[in-house]
Amino acid sequence: MARVLINLPRTARRGEVIEIRTLIQHVMETGYRPRADGSVAPRDIITHFACLYNNEEVFAAELAPAIAANPFLSFSLVAAESGILAFTWTGDNGFEQTETRSLTVT
Amino acid sequence: MSSPSLSRSGIERRALGAGLLAVVLARPARADRPGLREAVLGFTGGAEPAEAGVTLDIPPLVENGNTVPVTIAVESPMTDAEHVLRIALFNERNPQPHVVTARLGPRAGRARLSTRMRLATSQRLVAVAEMSDGSFRAANADVIVTLAACVEG
Amino acid sequence: MRRLALALLLLGATAEARESSFALMSPETQAMQREDSANPGMLWVEEGRALWDSAGCAGCHGDVAGMRGVAARYPAFDAAPIDLAGRIAQCQEARQHRTPFPRESEEALALAAVIGLQSRGIPVNPPDDPRLAPALARGEALYRERRGQLDLSCAQCHDANAGRHLAGSPIPEAHPTGYPLYRLEWQGMGSLQRRLRNCMTGVRSEPYAYGAPEYVAIELFLMRRAAGMAVETPAVRP
Repeated sequence: MARVLINLPRTARRGEVIEIRTLIQHVMETGYRPRADGSVAPRDIITHFACLYNNEEVFAAELAPAIAANPFLSFSLVAAESGILAFTWTGDNGFEQTETRSLTVT
Repeated sequence: MSSPSLSRSGIERRALGAGLLAVVLARPARADRPGLREAVLGFTGGAEPAEAGVTLDIPPLVENGNTVPVTIAVESPMTDAEHVLRIALFNERNPQPHVVTARLGPRAGRARLSTRMRLATSQRLVAVAEMSDGSFRAANADVIVTLAACVEG
Repeated sequence: MRRLALALLLLGATAEARESSFALMSPETQAMQREDSANPGMLWVEEGRALWDSAGCAGCHGDVAGMRGVAARYPAFDAAPIDLAGRIAQCQEARQHRTPFPRESEEALALAAVIGLQSRGIPVNPPDDPRLAPALARGEALYRERRGQLDLSCAQCHDANAGRHLAGSPIPEAHPTGYPLYRLEWQGMGSLQRRLRNCMTGVRSEPYAYGAPEYVAIELFLMRRAAGMAVETPAVRP
């Protein structure tokens, strides 16, 4: 399991736009880097990120090898109702990780 | 019989020649990548994006190309009737032109995305937004990557 | 807490005319260190927090918050001069009877990071232990000794030319207040010993092996030199 940091407010007012920041531990090996023995390290990156808010996608991103190691993504969403935010990162070599956080809307 | 200094310069010349050859051989692989403009037009389906309404925020001079913060913001009310569908970022001189493509909608509230990217060298970046009315908007930025003096290895 | 850390940082910089290399960084890199939610070093801190429990540290030491101030007091003396990473390894070997995490492994860095974080904002204060005197003198001698094919000492860059530029990079005063830290160049976490190795290979000299007493001696000298400056762990550097 890769370490993940997700920053968002625990509570928000209805209609408020909140900012979400995510960081995940991942090498993001580009597939272009030569190793000491001259061979090229095969690509190993996170290719896709999605944020689901009560099972509905509010933000998604396709990532290329140009995204830095330990990918950082910051985006926003409208606090509509209390519920669950699910964050999923998928990538090469079967990488898949989902984290959930609850949001209380008042 | 050549003098030692001449033979050394011969070796240096050969080494330099091998270096140039390596560059020439390496070039075609990079040249195969679509250019920045092709990548942008691929995203827009051939439409010319308007140069307005998009902010591409990246430091003009970066200390290290491995991790460069970048923020893209698009002017939009982000309502059901009028919002941003996708935001994409492309580069000029990395091995691949694509950096990131985000999909969003009115529930995002704001059309704004921050991430951190790699820059192989000094180059131009273009951010493109696809709007809900089918139009495209873009902004570009030029970045200079300085080489650090003391790197590992 | 962050504000306190920054205040101490500024205090350290102005009151004693010493400067953390934090001050030399771009606003973007400074922001990356300042905001925990943007600092990739915090990923290692989280890893370390989990290891603190799973590797059994909590069994003796309780909550990791109890390690407040500890990282600011290293290197210390225990049979020999020992740095924080050495202390963690010694604890694992002697008390837990297990193979310690190797130096510079993600696990070792993670534990050092979470322990270091507990001292963030606290002034560096290595012990004034007379048994450390020989290592301190050795550390200073190593710092001033010319080495490598470039025949350069640490002091020639970091004392005589601190604040000036080497190519595009500003030369810092070499106060190791933020280790282990996240270096954008490394795209990961690393220790002061990794940085010292960089400097040594940079002047084309043979670096010491990880854990060598020479590194501990140099660290001791540098931390004594940085005494009073605020711990920044986990710092971010370009």
